[in-house]
Amino acid sequence: MTPLVLDLQDIRKVYGEGETAVHALRGVSLAVEPGDYVAIMGASGSGKSTLMNIIGCLDVPSSGSYRLDGTDVGVLDDVRLAIVRNRKIGFVFQSFNLIPRMSALMNVELPLAYGGIKAAERRRRALAALERVGLADRVHHQPNELSGGQQQRVAIARSLVNAPTLLLADEPTGALDSTSTRDVLAIFDQLSLTGRTIVVITHESDVAAHAKRVVRLMDGQIVEDVRRSDVAGPPPRLEEVAG
Amino acid sequence: MNAFEVLRFAARGLAANKMRSALTTLGILIGVAAVILLVAVGEGASREIQSNIQRLGANSLTVSSTTAGGGGGGGGFARLLGGGGGGPQQGSGPRTQAKDLTVDDARALADKSATPSVKSVSPIVNANNQTTTYEGASHSIQQLVGTYPSYFEASNKPVVKGTYFYNDDVLAARKVIVIGQTVAENLFGDLDPIGKQINVSGVPFTVVGVLKESGSTGFQDGDDVAIAPLPAVQQSLTGFGPLGQILVQATGADTVDAAQSEITAVLDQRHGITGTATADYRILNQATLQETVSAATGVFTMLLAAVAGISLLVGGIGITNIMLVTVTERTREIGIRKAIGAPKGAILGQFLAEATMLSLVGGLLGVLVAVIGAQFTIAGVSPVVVPSSVALALGVSVAIGLFFGSYPANRAAKLRPIEALRFE
Ligand SMILES: Nc1ncnc2c1ncn2[C@@H]1O[C@H](COP(=O)(O)OP(=O)(O)OP(=O)(O)O)[C@@H](O)[C@H]1O
Ligand SMILES: [Mg+2]
Repeated sequence: MTPLVLDLQDIRKVYGEGETAVHALRGVSLAVEPGDYVAIMGASGSGKSTLMNIIGCLDVPSSGSYRLDGTDVGVLDDVRLAIVRNRKIGFVFQSFNLIPRMSALMNVELPLAYGGIKAAERRRRALAALERVGLADRVHHQPNELSGGQQQRVAIARSLVNAPTLLLADEPTGALDSTSTRDVLAIFDQLSLTGRTIVVITHESDVAAHAKRVVRLMDGQIVEDVRRSDVAGPPPRLEEVAG
Repeated sequence: MNAFEVLRFAARGLAANKMRSALTTLGILIGVAAVILLVAVGEGASREIQSNIQRLGANSLTVSSTTAGGGGGGGGFARLLGGGGGGPQQGSGPRTQAKDLTVDDARALADKSATPSVKSVSPIVNANNQTTTYEGASHSIQQLVGTYPSYFEASNKPVVKGTYFYNDDVLAARKVIVIGQTVAENLFGDLDPIGKQINVSGVPFTVVGVLKESGSTGFQDGDDVAIAPLPAVQQSLTGFGPLGQILVQATGADTVDAAQSEITAVLDQRHGITGTATADYRILNQATLQETVSAATGVFTMLLAAVAGISLLVGGIGITNIMLVTVTERTREIGIRKAIGAPKGAILGQFLAEATMLSLVGGLLGVLVAVIGAQFTIAGVSPVVVPSSVALALGVSVAIGLFFGSYPANRAAKLRPIEALRFE
């Protein structure tokens, strides 16, 4: 049996200490199987971003254990964590987070460069990833020459290019208009169809409606966990968007 | 990530802030150029002085009087540098009745039994700034020397055109003269001066030879000279007073010191100098002089290099400063890079490469500026670029990049990804 992509056990996160301590996560346990498409919802301040940072190995939990694709991330050192972030996780941020003054192609190539892949192979894979998000004609544009939707698609291409185990997106459509939102969600649906594991954080129910499973967070705890469609099956809104 | 890619990222980072990079580079450029150029000026000055000393003649010793009015002239060095090479006879102590240098002194020095290490002795009188005319042309000869034929060899002044004068000319006090290039040009232009008669302060002299060009020395024109037989000059220009100097040539480089002590013995005896009494003459030994002068110019060059080194250090601090600003400014970018899996080494490498590139480019441009600058005469000295100073300045500038860049680069590499990403 393939291991769970995510296996969080009683994750807690406390910011600060003493009187001013903020309990951002109060014991979150979550298991995600390969191929699942999970939306994490919740009000502002409910701990969504905190959870995402921990899942993405950008931050460490105050307590609890976390296995990513079968590996216990808590015991890894800096060097190994960098490798995990590079190989296993693809990030999509609300604010795109492309590197300025670098072309779309170079931005997409960057994870491959850090992964030690040769230049020719890198270029080939980066172009393929950009093609996949429909930006084959914009590869030499810099971020400031692209629209928000296009920038987010470059960011998605960058997150996919290393074929990560998990695609992690924090409010990926938060800064986009409805058309761009539709583009991005269509890409996610396609990716889900091909079996990619996706975790999307959002507070828009329209976005969550595309996921196979919706987890609701409140005050740092999971209060609801609903499956909308089968892990192995297609995402629920696939037809609608494609048509 | 290979090295080439790290360099490419670094070049990109620098290109993003052209003005800032250029100014930082300028700081290093000035430092490196200053080090190389100032050392070159020091070296140039030192070589010039050395060659001036050499021009006094090979294995030669200049004896000059320390009585008032005695040591005038003498190629400028007796006056300028006499303090450096005087030997043990100097100092102020009780002085017996001071005697001037005379032709008899010179004769005594030429006595082979008393001074076996002496090859030749040339008594010298100086008649400086003599107005000389030839037909319409007029020129003031800076240094006119009355002496013996041995002077030409001892003072390293070969003749290129015409002849020297000979012992006969001296004995007969013939008014013949050998002139330097400057004198020949000013009086004769393109004409052949040989056999022509010139008027030196109203006295007619026949030109028999022209000296080889010796070049300007920075202190005076080495070619603005004329040499005539001693008695002729005494008769017509200076009168039969004391000698200016006596130029003594030793038999070889290894007998210069022996010659000096022989001269001392002879002159001490002739001038009645005994025990603690201070001599009324001094001997300028070329070798001693050279050592003293090179020690002095060495210190001088070191001082120049130290001053320049400080400006290089300031340039280095400029690099730290700019790199700290860059790291702060690009914290978010560092966060993104870390989020997509940049290892610590890649971030460290990128910022170190940026700092080193700044300093290396600055260093190379500095070398260029210094090499160009060294083509010009600076403060009367033609600088001589010392290769080791170029290597040192370049090496130091790269080391500065690595050293001053490592603190900001380390700070960037150590940033926690989440903190870097949250940075506003
Ligand atoms: N670095 C921090 N230091 C202190 N407290 C923090 C920090 N980051 C988050 N918090 C607190 O933790 C709680 C959860 O924050 P989090 O950013 O996870 O919320 P969120 O669900 O992502 O909200 P939003 O939808 O507004 O993005 C909040 O109360 C927040 O104030
Ligand atoms: Mg958030």
